[in-house]
Amino acid sequence: MLNRFANPARFMRASGAVLPWVRTAAACMLALGLVWSLVLAPPDYQQGESVRIMFIHVPAAWMALSAYLLIAIASAVALVWRHPLAEIAAQAAAPIGAAFTLVCLATGSLWGRPMWGAWWVWDARLTSVLVLFFLYLGYIALVNAFDDSSRGARAGSLLALVGIVNLPIIKFSVDWWNTLHQPASVLRLGGPSIDRSLLLPLLVMWAGFALLFLWLLLLRMRIALNEKKTRALRLYGQPAARDEESAAPLSVVPGVAVKL
Amino acid sequence: MGGYAGFVWPAYGVTTAVLGGLALVSWRRHRRSGSELLDLQRRVGTRE
Repeated sequence: MLNRFANPARFMRASGAVLPWVRTAAACMLALGLVWSLVLAPPDYQQGESVRIMFIHVPAAWMALSAYLLIAIASAVALVWRHPLAEIAAQAAAPIGAAFTLVCLATGSLWGRPMWGAWWVWDARLTSVLVLFFLYLGYIALVNAFDDSSRGARAGSLLALVGIVNLPIIKFSVDWWNTLHQPASVLRLGGPSIDRSLLLPLLVMWAGFALLFLWLLLLRMRIALNEKKTRALRLYGQPAARDEESAAPLSVVPGVAVKL
Repeated sequence: MGGYAGFVWPAYGVTTAVLGGLALVSWRRHRRSGSELLDLQRRVGTRE
């Protein structure tokens, strides 16, 4: 499967076909999730209407962690197997993951003020998620810091792999340390402890966020490939020889058809 | 919103602004990159 879409032209065709469906599915799930979260879901018996922030805060946190995991896996694939689309996927996912992390931090702060009486506390969960946000920003900055894009990509991949140690710290911080943040109530041994009336809209919003992430990822990967081709054409005036039917991806260096 | 409107609506507003802004920027850049490439391919004399 990975080798099949290592050919950028094949990836562009497949992603072009899938994008409208993903966009429509994301819009439908988000619309359903928003109505359910804001109108249909009952208030919490302790937190009242402020629980409605949970329906964006928790899915955003899940996506922030998932996006970083994807970046780390793609970075490993790029370093070990030199898959031509792995670095592109990692770099495309980084701004999206950073956006979800920012949403998680901001909505968490807005939820924490009425519940805890504080906009921010330096407890383990909040601090580790803030570190995750800085990792995203650091990755984006590092990749773009080099004139040679391949060196920047390699440096970013190494940073992403080092930073993955933060993911279990985030997940288990509420168990390992005495934190203000509540323990897990969905992804836990023994199953979710949250009532179905709140769990279902939470899962619908998560599905909407996941589809939005997929749409943005495919879009940004296509942007990167388009811009790469444009740069090659501008530099050399003609593209490399291509074999559209071949399964092997080709270098974009013109004049030389090099099968990667 | 049971007295929590000042927290709930800004939370949804920030989410819409950040994710919606990213979606809009990405969509526009995607259209621009595609049309630039197509235009360049036409001028160079190659078509996908």
